[in-house]
Amino acid sequence: MQDAPPPRADQRAIAVLVSEAAKVLEIGCGEGALLHLLARERGARARGIEPDRAKAHACVARGLPVVQSELESALADFPTGAFDFVVFSHTLQGLRDPHWALREARRVGGRVIVSIANAAHWRARLRLAFTGRMLAGAHGAIAHPWSIRDFAALARAARLNIERATPLSRGNPGAPFAKSMLRANWFGEEAVFLLAP
Amino acid sequence: MQAVGGVRSLNLDSSRPLLLATGESLSPLTIAFESYGALNSAHSNAVLVCHGLHGDQFVASPNPVTGRPPWWPRIVGPGRPIDTNRLFVLCANMLGGSMGTTGPASLAPDGQPYGLRFPMIGVGDIVRAQALLLEALGIDNLFLVIGAGMGGMQALNWASAFPKRVFACASVASAARQPAQNIAFAELGRQAIMADPDWRNGGYLAHGVRPSRGAALVRAAARLSGQSPDQVRATFKSGLAQERLSLAPDSREDRSDPNSHLYLSRAMDAFDLAADFGGALANAFQGDQTRHAVFAFSSDWRFPPEESRIIARALMAAGAEASFLEIKSEAGHDAYLGEEPAFESALTGFIDAAASARGLGLHGESHLA
Repeated sequence: MQDAPPPRADQRAIAVLVSEAAKVLEIGCGEGALLHLLARERGARARGIEPDRAKAHACVARGLPVVQSELESALADFPTGAFDFVVFSHTLQGLRDPHWALREARRVGGRVIVSIANAAHWRARLRLAFTGRMLAGAHGAIAHPWSIRDFAALARAARLNIERATPLSRGNPGAPFAKSMLRANWFGEEAVFLLAP
Repeated sequence: MQAVGGVRSLNLDSSRPLLLATGESLSPLTIAFESYGALNSAHSNAVLVCHGLHGDQFVASPNPVTGRPPWWPRIVGPGRPIDTNRLFVLCANMLGGSMGTTGPASLAPDGQPYGLRFPMIGVGDIVRAQALLLEALGIDNLFLVIGAGMGGMQALNWASAFPKRVFACASVASAARQPAQNIAFAELGRQAIMADPDWRNGGYLAHGVRPSRGAALVRAAARLSGQSPDQVRATFKSGLAQERLSLAPDSREDRSDPNSHLYLSRAMDAFDLAADFGGALANAFQGDQTRHAVFAFSSDWRFPPEESRIIARALMAAGAEASFLEIKSEAGHDAYLGEEPAFESALTGFIDAAASARGLGLHGESHLA
């Protein structure tokens, strides 16, 4: 079996949040870096959905259980409570209707883990102020740019509480935040949220 | 165990007849099969390969009767995705078939060939006959069951009927119910056989003849529908269609029993796994601990990828562990027989991961008894 690509910083932070031997569904699993990490380090029963043919193939060829499918339709197929965690590692912002996807993820998994790029990081604010551009092409397609505070509001609207949130800057996790997001919203380039109903 | 003309078969215990879905029972029952590799001491490395409508049990060795080469040498063999260095591979001629297993050409208890007196059978009956064979061989459960087309239907039926006895299941270019265009093709093939004057209302064996022209049409239709849309167009554009799809019986291939084709194609047409589960396919896999892989080929119009996607969605809805890939291919349904590196690497990944979960050695390691 070939090795999976090395996990990104947000994926290492996600792995810390997943309990041992949990059942995990990753929406948009790419080439399987996080699935591999979860299986190896958390003993998780981790499965993925990936729309890209080549990436889904790379996963299956590595022995990872991955279904090649559009993300939204696959999420709707799973029964209620089928997983302990549903994970979006930089994929929620690319979906057509992230609010719907969050509610579906809550139905399917109970706990939901989401990593996002923070559009209100100080560098992003300067970029917007001085160049007039919002996106620097951080993590693939971002159809929905959010700040950390924007996403917290979206999670609340989907009736999900933030159990734990970790900002990441230059690949390093910062101090977790839950109540006050002011600092993280300025200095976190990305953030990982653990959400629970 | 007996071997006639290089075809090995087992006469099953006649005190335990095969009870068919129709309520009838079939006895005596003989099942012809081939095996490759060695069963380990824990009996945990058995693989059942289910052959398709036009196939036979000679998955990895030449057929001694027809002289045809093995039909899946890229997938089954030493160092192949189904690695016979570490796995024990069985392939049985289907119930109702004509390569040594009891079928319409077999002798009924009255000493005459069954012909059309052979009972109607379904895919579930074919699977139960395979289960009887495995019991007779002392194999309680399967590491893997796999098949393509009608073979994939059997694999899915296995996982659904015997979930605790199947560790991993792979369906390739298949469907959970016979696609409509296959029913139409199959009916035309049956009509071709029955319209052949030599069919003699199914009693041709007693007359020493064979509806060869009808059978050849069935073969031609199978070859044609196994191609991709582009290949079909090219076949007819070139004007060579008449030669390529010649109706002259091919002496090498034309050994199958045409009545057997009538029965097996009807079994395939009637296959609808969801029908036994209130119409909800997911219920067929409920609580299933089996690991599933579902593979489809993009240019397959006999078993379009959408049919495989339906299987994958049902597996997801049942909460079963499943992989699904649509392999990009220009080779139509018969892509599964040819050189498809993406299919082979994905299948290898699926089988290797299942093998390591089952504690079986990887390629090159020998854990054989």
